Amino acid sequence: MTTLEVRGVSKVYGEGSTEVHALRSVDLSIDAGEMVAVMGPSGSGKSTLLTIAGSLEQPTSGEVLVGGEALGAMSRNGRARLRRRAIGYVFQDFNLLAGLTAVENVALPLELDGVSAKAARAAGMRALDELGLTDRASRYPDELSGGERQRVAIARAVVGDRQLLLADEPSGALDSVNAEAVMRLMHTACRRGMAGVVVTHDAQLASWADRVVFLRDGRVVDQTAPAAGPESLLEPSPGR
Amino acid sequence: MGVKHALLALLSEGPKYGLQLRQEFESRTGEVWPLNVGQVYTTLQRLERDGLVESDDESEDGPQKGFRITVEGKEELEVWLRTPPDLSSPPRDELVMKVLVAFGVPGIDVHEVIQAHRRYGVELMQQWTRLKEGAAEHEVGLALAVDAELFRLDSVVRWLDAADSRMRRAQAEPRVAPAGPPVRVRRRAGVWR
Repeated sequence: MTTLEVRGVSKVYGEGSTEVHALRSVDLSIDAGEMVAVMGPSGSGKSTLLTIAGSLEQPTSGEVLVGGEALGAMSRNGRARLRRRAIGYVFQDFNLLAGLTAVENVALPLELDGVSAKAARAAGMRALDELGLTDRASRYPDELSGGERQRVAIARAVVGDRQLLLADEPSGALDSVNAEAVMRLMHTACRRGMAGVVVTHDAQLASWADRVVFLRDGRVVDQTAPAAGPESLLEPSPGR
Repeated sequence: MGVKHALLALLSEGPKYGLQLRQEFESRTGEVWPLNVGQVYTTLQRLERDGLVESDDESEDGPQKGFRITVEGKEELEVWLRTPPDLSSPPRDELVMKVLVAFGVPGIDVHEVIQAHRRYGVELMQQWTRLKEGAAEHEVGLALAVDAELFRLDSVVRWLDAADSRMRRAQAEPRVAPAGPPVRVRRRAGVWR
């Protein structure tokens, strides 16, 4: 089942001589259970693609469908509801609210969506538990390490019945071991049925994805073939 | 490859049989470098000839023959562990050569050439990452061996990224002949022959 479908999306900022084409006719389709990494140099349109896929910005032309529903056909409130219920975001700088504990941060999107405080907290605890953070639930963000903060942010992005996980350089501020833990958790969330898009310029992080899409000057220029099993690495081949 | 010294390292923990050495070598290296038993015995024979290991009984060959490290073997191992391996780049690195010459070949888009190599590098990294993902947390040897491959491939992909941007910049800006005689870059011996 296709969770995210980006069809012929273009995005232009400014006009006339100051016109900047951030995206040019981008097509991208991501199935439930699949994690896709988008790689490209600065200014290639990676982050714009992510914000448009997450309905934080509107495309100049083309359309985006999440779970089969066209974002362009929705009202502003409809899109806000979709963001609260179906889409989880993970950013490089965690974006946790400093005045809320870990579990309150995780439960927040559900509470905003009208779920009772008790049920939201229970769901928040389950999400933290799955990420190995049960004993950190009552801590405030400044009492957590960088790696723990990002795990809380992932818990917030996957809590409830979310379909789409969007991440922009999710482990940019972390050391390599913590970065790996973050990618591993996001990949596991996708294996359980979410569709994931991770924007990164780091090939090691991108290699956690099932598919890597290369963006340049606002266009998809290439993508990796479906990954062969790791067993093939252990067989001698002429190229190695 | 350091099979000889890896066997010495395993024997530094205590006496072992040939088959046991093979199993331990493979498990320590995450089974990324398979080793056949013949290779183990040939290496052990050489180590014994050089006085770096000794065996239980010279008359009895086979799986029940035990080996232990000698004082000379321990010294050899310690020196080897601290000696940096040759990290200089191979003469005429093939990938570097392809990208350098592609820049001037008529009808060839060097950026497409770079992208083809970048994609292949990332695909290999995906396979290594799958291997690491499937490994249990206690399989530290496997994680270390896979990390080494990932960092190596990552540096190749990063070089391709840098080459890509450098060439785009060079193509965007008109070439200006440098004033004065060209600067001669002294070649480092052993790198570009």
